Amino acid sequence: MNDGAALGADSAPALAAAPGRTLTLKSNARRRMSESSIGAVLLLCGLVSILTTVGIVVVLITESIGFFREVGLVEFVTGTRWAPLFRDQAFGILPLLNGTLLIAAGSSLVALPVGLLSAIYLSEYATPRVRQIVKPVLEVLAGIPTVVYGYFALTFVTPILRVFFPGTGIFNAASGAIVVGIMIIPMVSSLSEDALSAVPRALREAAYGLGATKFEVATRVVVPAALSGIVASFILAISRAVGETMAVTLAAGATPRMTLSFLESIQTMTAYIVQVSLGETPHGTLEYSTIFAVGLSLFVITLSMNLISQRVTRRFREEYE
Amino acid sequence: MTERTSGQQPTAAEERGDSIIQFPASETVLTTESLGVLYDGTSAVEDITLGIPRNRVVAFIGPSGCGKSTLLRAFNRMNDLIPGARVVGRALYHGKDLYDPDVDPVEVRRRIGMVFQKPNPFPKSIYDNVAFGLRINGYQGSIEERVERSLRAAALWDEVKHRLRESALGLSGGQQQRLCIARALAVQPEILLMDEPASALDPIATSRIEDLIDELKRDYTIVIVTHNMQQAARVSDYTAFLYLGKLIEYGETDRLFTNPKEERTEQYITGRFG
Amino acid sequence: MSEAFFDPRKKQRERRGRIFRWLCLSAVWFAAGSLVILLVKVTADGMPWLSWDFLRNDPSRIPARAGIRSAILGTLWMMALTAFTSFPLGVGAAIYLEEYAPRHWSTRLLQTNIANLAGVPSIVYGILGLTVFVRAFALGRSVLAGALTLSLLVLPVVIIAAQEAIRAVPRSLREASYGLGATRWQTIRHHVLPVALPGILTGTILSLSRAIGETAPLIMIGALTFIAFPPRSPMDPFTVLPIQIFNWAAKPQAEFHELAAGAIIVLLVILLLMNATAILLRNRYRREL
Repeated sequence: MNDGAALGADSAPALAAAPGRTLTLKSNARRRMSESSIGAVLLLCGLVSILTTVGIVVVLITESIGFFREVGLVEFVTGTRWAPLFRDQAFGILPLLNGTLLIAAGSSLVALPVGLLSAIYLSEYATPRVRQIVKPVLEVLAGIPTVVYGYFALTFVTPILRVFFPGTGIFNAASGAIVVGIMIIPMVSSLSEDALSAVPRALREAAYGLGATKFEVATRVVVPAALSGIVASFILAISRAVGETMAVTLAAGATPRMTLSFLESIQTMTAYIVQVSLGETPHGTLEYSTIFAVGLSLFVITLSMNLISQRVTRRFREEYE
Repeated sequence: MTERTSGQQPTAAEERGDSIIQFPASETVLTTESLGVLYDGTSAVEDITLGIPRNRVVAFIGPSGCGKSTLLRAFNRMNDLIPGARVVGRALYHGKDLYDPDVDPVEVRRRIGMVFQKPNPFPKSIYDNVAFGLRINGYQGSIEERVERSLRAAALWDEVKHRLRESALGLSGGQQQRLCIARALAVQPEILLMDEPASALDPIATSRIEDLIDELKRDYTIVIVTHNMQQAARVSDYTAFLYLGKLIEYGETDRLFTNPKEERTEQYITGRFG
Repeated sequence: MSEAFFDPRKKQRERRGRIFRWLCLSAVWFAAGSLVILLVKVTADGMPWLSWDFLRNDPSRIPARAGIRSAILGTLWMMALTAFTSFPLGVGAAIYLEEYAPRHWSTRLLQTNIANLAGVPSIVYGILGLTVFVRAFALGRSVLAGALTLSLLVLPVVIIAAQEAIRAVPRSLREASYGLGATRWQTIRHHVLPVALPGILTGTILSLSRAIGETAPLIMIGALTFIAFPPRSPMDPFTVLPIQIFNWAAKPQAEFHELAAGAIIVLLVILLLMNATAILLRNRYRREL
């Protein structure tokens, strides 16, 4: 691969200085050494990312093996009570999964329609000038630290919810879901807008040529044509909501519960991990190893969602390339 | 430019009268009066005055950039979709100016359909492509029957009747273009505008499209833009030659190609520029 | 022609179109409005507490005496150390992927792996950092352990940003350099990197600003919330602004909430400065192209 080094540049001045000598096109050994060692160092930098993945997988699996040996996969996956830190221990992850899915569903309710409609506005209605201003403003939402959203949920969203629904707890799923939803709007709007803008102009013109209105062009031609890109952005955003930690730790509570009510305190997988790491649980105990089992579940869920999203995106690309 | 007029200097009006054919009002469906299109203030076509006769095929020819596509798109207000585009003059459709403030461009486009340079089927099934226009325009009859008639009219029915529910993107380029023609025919336009409809197709697919145009003129008025002079000669009854945004000559196709009245027309059709 | 067969219901379709357009616009307003409300709320809560003392004091159990000096300094330590490790690693990996990597399944694997790492929840990085840096490497709950954890977290983002900047360098520039007999590394070192550098820096600053706001992984590795002194070496225990905010926001008393808001303002100002720097860099870079 090292073609750049094949023609030793050092030999050129030598050639000019001493015309009688034969021309060598061989590479200078020292340069070749340094060239290939640079390549090796750079490769090592790239391998750090592989090491990270391997590290995550190895840590999560080895540290949770003890847990699964003691508790058993069946109880973990099917148990409906999660209480590792109580005397009457229970290790069913379903309540945590329930809490996580509640947040994911609630935040999707906010982010998917708002994000998609914003994306349609940006790609179909907004003038280039408006788009130039609005896009970065929406992206700021994704740049605000999640702990700030937690603060906002606790001190602004929850009090308002309690005005409308007096039974709402100080900690509740709704408030966490709303702020997580706001936080992931830009993921949906940016990625969906990319997909909508990628729909060829010719398709829009074809629809206009048949007497379609702008609304019909947008909803019946452009959105369906961009659907896989839009779906990919949805999956990615939901996966982000599943992995979100600080906002739900602050706002949604620490009560693992099987519930469909948004107004009660719940606990997500991420919030549970934070709870244990803030507490006094000693390392090496069964209680402590729960964070690795929960972390492994979280990793598997988000990774599968990301992989599905990538596959969907690839299909979208194939349609137009 | 006036070498052939043997000495006597005609006025501009006479010259135009000479090289631009006039139709009686009763025979035309569309007439333009000093029509021009500007992009961001720069003129793309200007001062076009011509009539389109009913149930005939009219071809617009000229070197690329001469404004023939722009003029075509002015006939169904597609230029409205381009930011910065402005139209001056009048385009009368059955005596009504298409650019009157009370005219709805959406309604215009249903009656004056369009087929584009590259086949652009929607990424939907073959059936849904043809049914699209019927559905949005609230077709009252049987959609299924109308889809079949349109596909038959576009000479595509026999090839696709067993795969109507399959994606239109699976068709060949030529089939896709005929599907686009069927799609345009479904909403029963009076005029069909075709913007270089065969430029992206192979010779066999091209000749099928040309045969189709010949059949369609019984029921439709067709305006076709082409950079291919043989094609214009084969399919059209009348030909308009545009150059640098102006209408240079317009007349019966046979006459224009065999005995052009304008020097620039002659130069163009004999291949001296373009 | 057969007009009777069409019933275009233009009025109804136009009304639907107007309603839809209005819906789309209100979605944008909802998103932008949320941002405005959030910023106004935080400013209103926190502004009264902002003072020199607030910036100079260390945390205290008495709200009136509490400050964020140790948290600010912890955040600056964290920023510097994270930049120090993630920048060379990220740029190195990006150069490898763009300039050296063969077209091979292993390269594609590397690229896919990086994309997937960018989607791993930050708390999982916290678990990794806790097990590897805090325990296995015995770095303890130190600034260094935190910075290494955050470096791994931002690394995929830095790599992707640097790759984009390197890819934007015109091919002709590389060919000109190779044509003069330069080696691959000479070409990169003298021609590609200088042109790509502003873009790389912009991307790095933006990803660092993400790291600065991270809380969960640092809680995992045990960054302490009550630290009276700023770190003096990379091996010292530490706190950072987001953790201080979390700590105060989690307390029931309203005064602590307002302190949290004050700290949020400071954090947002730091983020704003970083983003402004990145945007300035990018604009200057654009002009030069």
